[in-house]
Amino acid sequence: MNRRDFVQQASIGTALISLGGIGLSSFTSSTASKKITILHTNDVHSHIDPFGPEDGRNANKGGIARRASLIESIRQENPNTLLLDAGDIFQGTPYFNYYGGELEFKLMSMLKYDAATIGNHDFDNGISGLYAQLPHAKFDFLSANYDFSNTDLNTHVKPYKIFEKDHIKIGVFGIGIELKGLVDPFLYKETKYLNPIEITQDMTRILKQEEQCDLIICLSHLGYQYKNETNKISDLTLATATKDIDLIIGGHTHTFLRKPTIVKNFEDKNMLVNQVGCYGINLGKIDFYFDSEKNKTANGTSIIV
Amino acid sequence: MNYKQIILSLLVLTAISCKEQNKYLYRIEGRQISINDSLQSNTEIEAFIKPFREHIEKDLDSVLAFAVDTYSKSDGYLNTAIGNFMADAVYEQANPVFKSRTGKDIDLVILNHGGIRSIISKGNITSRTAFQLMPFENSLVVVALKRSQIDSLINFLVQNKTAHPISKLKLSVDENFNIVSATIKGNILDTNKTYYVATNDYLFNGGNNMTFFKPNEGLYNLDYKIRNVLIDYFKKVDTINPVIDDRFIQIK
Repeated sequence: MNRRDFVQQASIGTALISLGGIGLSSFTSSTASKKITILHTNDVHSHIDPFGPEDGRNANKGGIARRASLIESIRQENPNTLLLDAGDIFQGTPYFNYYGGELEFKLMSMLKYDAATIGNHDFDNGISGLYAQLPHAKFDFLSANYDFSNTDLNTHVKPYKIFEKDHIKIGVFGIGIELKGLVDPFLYKETKYLNPIEITQDMTRILKQEEQCDLIICLSHLGYQYKNETNKISDLTLATATKDIDLIIGGHTHTFLRKPTIVKNFEDKNMLVNQVGCYGINLGKIDFYFDSEKNKTANGTSIIV
Repeated sequence: MNYKQIILSLLVLTAISCKEQNKYLYRIEGRQISINDSLQSNTEIEAFIKPFREHIEKDLDSVLAFAVDTYSKSDGYLNTAIGNFMADAVYEQANPVFKSRTGKDIDLVILNHGGIRSIISKGNITSRTAFQLMPFENSLVVVALKRSQIDSLINFLVQNKTAHPISKLKLSVDENFNIVSATIKGNILDTNKTYYVATNDYLFNGGNNMTFFKPNEGLYNLDYKIRNVLIDYFKKVDTINPVIDDRFIQIK
């Protein structure tokens, strides 16, 4: 959409609002075009402070206080913003060893994270270690394919959550990696890992058909891609095997992508898979634009990356 | 405008308004933004982190003990001073915990050579030293093993020809790596005894190909991180002065 179209649509929207103002304002609360911004991080691994100037690889990068300023300015520009994390919040600096994740969760709450999924390293102090830190998190933990019913986390982790921003329903669900062979069984105890593809099919059915979400986001800690292990499920294979997901936000493989990957899903529709490396070095930003006129979508959604 | 007209126009407006749902996704824009020093730090967040950071820095640098020499895992053949130090520290710290819980004593300790993640430098030892030696979160476990599994453990050490840290086990081999003698706490191995072996959870689960922990006669999780073992031990002693000794030697 060029700027002129946008201005025109905006004025139509304004006209409708002023007409609706007679007494039906509840139906006409918005302008013609809506924008939902999704911000995301993954594998921050307790990197609260920025890398120092001497660091061999990431000199002067990262830092949660800088991330906070950036997120604040984006939220000021568009209040209809969600902030999400794809797991491995824990482990990587002494902040975790000393405080067990308390500081990570408190800071993420201050940054107003909306939801996170659980990565394998989030089990590093065991189920009980994660459970003990939950009171410090004012955001939700989402995981659809970990069955925690025989653990302390039972009822504390939800499979999905629906957010409503500017009357757009956004369904977010979490998917975790297989823990066997990756995490000590002492740590994850009786957590059951369920098939990510089957669970995703359930989730998208619930979120699309039952809950009528306008946008579906998968927060995944599966990993972006496994070139040498073709049987191992990754974000790219999950994307092609399922439908109705608009965006998979990934983690685990610490993959730095030049730009989000456009993938054809099971129905041959384009969707996005993204991951922003690790250690809070980057922030992912995906903007979704909605319109009242269906004709704009006749040729499919345009994706600009 | 009469009453009917108002109703009609309201209905029309309702129809228009309700249709105006703005729900067709027509465009997606994706990018990533680098977090770097061109961004200003949020002062509230920075102020919140500061006391945590200062506490950690102060704690990491506080002196706990003194090292008489520099110790490295590459100094030594089948046993090293640093490995002996770690295995002995584990025994000393873990045995009271195990005994108070079970009434039993630990018979021997085995760790892995690769798990010694740094040297100990001559001079002051701080918590930072413990973090460098053991950056991982691994915890102590005690495994009850039958004599046959102890044989497998000893065979593993002999075949591996590596200075895996051990304590309370004494082993000597000849030039062809045939076992000359093997004792635990000074006694020869007893066929009917159950041995209590302290190790870490990583090795218990088959790490470093140490497969002899399964099957076993029981498992005790001490909930005691190896790093905390080291920190507690450093706090307890003034000075460390470990040596290469005769706990695993080759007789030529």
